[in-house]
Amino acid sequence: MNFDFSEEQKLLRTIARDYLEDRAPLGLARSVLESQAPMSGELWEGAAEMGWLGAVIPESCGGAGFGHAELVLIAEELGRALAPIPFVTSAAVAEAILVAGTDEQRRRYLPGFAAGERIGTLALAEARGVVRPESVRTRHRGDGTLAGTKVGAPDGAAANLALVVARDDSGRLVLVLAELEEAVRTVDESIDPSRPSAGFTFDGTPAEPLGNGEEDGWRVLRRVLDRAAVVQAFEQLGTAQRAFDLTREQILDRHAFGRPIGSFQAIKHRMSDLYAALEIARSNCYFAAWALANDGPGLALAACTARVAATEACNEASVEMVQLFGGAGFTWELDCHLFYRRAQNLALALGPPGEWRDRLVDRLAVDHGLDASGRTEPAAAG
Amino acid sequence: MDFNDSPAEAGFRAEARAFLERHTELLAPGETPPGPFIGEDPEAVRRSQAWQALKFDNGWACLTWPTGFGGRGLGPMEQVIWTQEELRYRTPVNIFSIGIGMLGPTLMKHGTHGQKTRHLRKMARGDEVWCQLFSEPGAGSDVAGLTTRARRDGADWLLEGQKTWNTGAHFCKWGVIIVRTDPAAPKHKGLTCFIVDMHSPGIEIRPIRQMDGGSGFNDVFFSGVRVSDENRVGAVDDGWRVAITTLMNERAAIGARGMTGFGPADLVRLAREAHGPRGKAIEDSAVRARIADFHVRSAGLRYTTYRTLTALSRGETPGPENSIHKLVGAPLRQQMAALGVELQGQAGAAMDPGYGAQAAWLAAPGMRLAGGTDEIMRNIIAERVLGLPAEPRTDKDLPFAAMRGNRS
Ligand SMILES: Cc1cc2nc3c(=O)[nH]c(=O)nc-3n(C[C@H](O)[C@H](O)[C@H](O)COP(=O)(O)OP(=O)(O)OC[C@H]3O[C@@H](n4cnc5c(N)ncnc54)[C@H](O)[C@@H]3O)c2cc1C
Repeated sequence: MNFDFSEEQKLLRTIARDYLEDRAPLGLARSVLESQAPMSGELWEGAAEMGWLGAVIPESCGGAGFGHAELVLIAEELGRALAPIPFVTSAAVAEAILVAGTDEQRRRYLPGFAAGERIGTLALAEARGVVRPESVRTRHRGDGTLAGTKVGAPDGAAANLALVVARDDSGRLVLVLAELEEAVRTVDESIDPSRPSAGFTFDGTPAEPLGNGEEDGWRVLRRVLDRAAVVQAFEQLGTAQRAFDLTREQILDRHAFGRPIGSFQAIKHRMSDLYAALEIARSNCYFAAWALANDGPGLALAACTARVAATEACNEASVEMVQLFGGAGFTWELDCHLFYRRAQNLALALGPPGEWRDRLVDRLAVDHGLDASGRTEPAAAG
Repeated sequence: MDFNDSPAEAGFRAEARAFLERHTELLAPGETPPGPFIGEDPEAVRRSQAWQALKFDNGWACLTWPTGFGGRGLGPMEQVIWTQEELRYRTPVNIFSIGIGMLGPTLMKHGTHGQKTRHLRKMARGDEVWCQLFSEPGAGSDVAGLTTRARRDGADWLLEGQKTWNTGAHFCKWGVIIVRTDPAAPKHKGLTCFIVDMHSPGIEIRPIRQMDGGSGFNDVFFSGVRVSDENRVGAVDDGWRVAITTLMNERAAIGARGMTGFGPADLVRLAREAHGPRGKAIEDSAVRARIADFHVRSAGLRYTTYRTLTALSRGETPGPENSIHKLVGAPLRQQMAALGVELQGQAGAAMDPGYGAQAAWLAAPGMRLAGGTDEIMRNIIAERVLGLPAEPRTDKDLPFAAMRGNRS
């Protein structure tokens, strides 16, 4: 057993960190937040040049052919930098094509992802609340076109290709790939304008089924989301750790009542709890990364666990950050709100934490040979 | 990153299993290994010692100890593999974690050659059981505030005072005690550590009844107890350094034990069986959310152990970050057990040996206090891991005897 990243992987992480410290200071996220731009185009190009966008795409499809361990480390560093680019969301779509697409689709789409020309989003929700099979009304018609409306697609403002969950004429759930220039896009007034979401109206938009269309679309979607959740958990971890580190510096520096506020036990104890939550999240993320790289049967539970732990840590760290910075933390001028916004944005992007907790219990039951009964999702799925 | 056993680790695991298969049997599904504490039953002590001796004689005790002291000089990874396997089998309660886990390593670091050769093998084989005599009625978290005295008497020392909460003192042969030898020095500077024979004249041991009804720990009174200077561990007035070694090992040992007992999978079983306000409790999203969070913490601690092990097997030393095992694990057990009781509704008011939630719930508060309370763990993490400043304190440099409330 070796429960750590290899030296080469750590080197890749260091290179990513150095690169981002140089090219993506927090001011970059702020500049996107304060502009109408959907992302930092310059950083996106840089990410393509660094090989990050093709991290798990095979060399035969124009990628760098690293592995998932490398992918998650890049995601962690991008999270640390609050990078205003749709890396994880787009990677989720590339990954979907990689694991569920046909050979022809892989050859057609993946080089574009690796080069940064393709930017993916997940168009799943149609109304407020959790996405369930029953809530999918968007139609994928026999003529290969889509009709329906999707809301809150993560990084939807920047994307040009959507993975859409829809129903075919026989009412079966299918996953399809839709070119977004043929859809009507409404960019959301986002809680996190450094990574804005968007809604889409499809009306005769051409869309092709992902893969040969034989497998149940919902099952494929869960698999895609599990894999994406692991990568995003690392992004959340990076964001949480950065918020924590900045908070620690601040409470050492700021004095009140004649001493650093970091010497007050009420604050120290909260920092210790936060540290514990971060370590718990980190350990769960590492395990999930291993499960992802090995694609074993434990992946579904590990993904849920990492997702819940990282969401919790990231939310807590950003909430505490604002509080411990005091009044200054509530200003537009300081960066605390960038973290506060980003943490919530990421917490919703792949479905809210409650949904992942719910799935986690199903998975836990299955791993113990039980069925957590009465659920809509068949226990054996994914 | 590879979470699977290496070929060598797999071989070691197979050997461990073969030994366990020969001498005991697998736990039944849902059956949990025994908890860390023990009550008054002398028969249970004998069974525990017999199992330890069998392990020792077959090379399965104290795997990480040097061979010279009866160990096998193996790494932490082998130790964990062994522990994982042993926990899957039915074995007696373990009464050696204080001695082997904390006091043995303390003697290895600070003891004399004579002390090591006299004691360590017997400790490792379980022939002689050891207890920790640190806490006093007036000194727990702030254990350096202790007032039990040792005064020189010729070549010996005479001990006077009281210790408390001493786990297992009633069946132990030896104890490691911290006492005050110089009340004129600041509180941390006038302490000395000794080994005491628990059968010495002048020692009186009175079991304390715990809130869960058991009696794992004791009050121990010392009146003129004679201890030879040969039994001093470390230099005179340098006992605090010795105590720190013990306390560091205590936290590591508590962490290494891992999460056993009533846990998330038991909660899933119970929630499938018990009804909630709308259908089975497992369909209640509030219940599901809590089980999910418990699993997150419990799995997170397990993988944190693996991360630590990976660091240890590269020769890094375990640090204060180990405190999160106790800080997260102890309240987690309490919360899981409380939900287990609650899900049973009115029937939950009765002790239920089936799931064992009630017993776990009653025992849980002890875990949050023993070996440093939750609050002390938070202080340690904040100061030693995060580098946050200590609270201002008034007691550190004053002569101990000059402080309010300290007589001697
Ligand atoms: C099951 C069990 C087994 C034990 N076994 C042993 C043993 O074998 N040998 C032995 O020597 N001792 C043993 N102990 C004693 C144990 O180490 C002490 O109980 C513990 O250190 C707490 O000390 P105390 O009981 O004096 O409580 P106190 O120190 O008086 O603490 C009371 C409360 O105040 C809080 N508190 C204290 N100081 C601070 C601070 N600086 N900041 C914030 N909060 C603070 C504590 O967290 C606690 O909540 C055992 C205890 C238990 C429960």
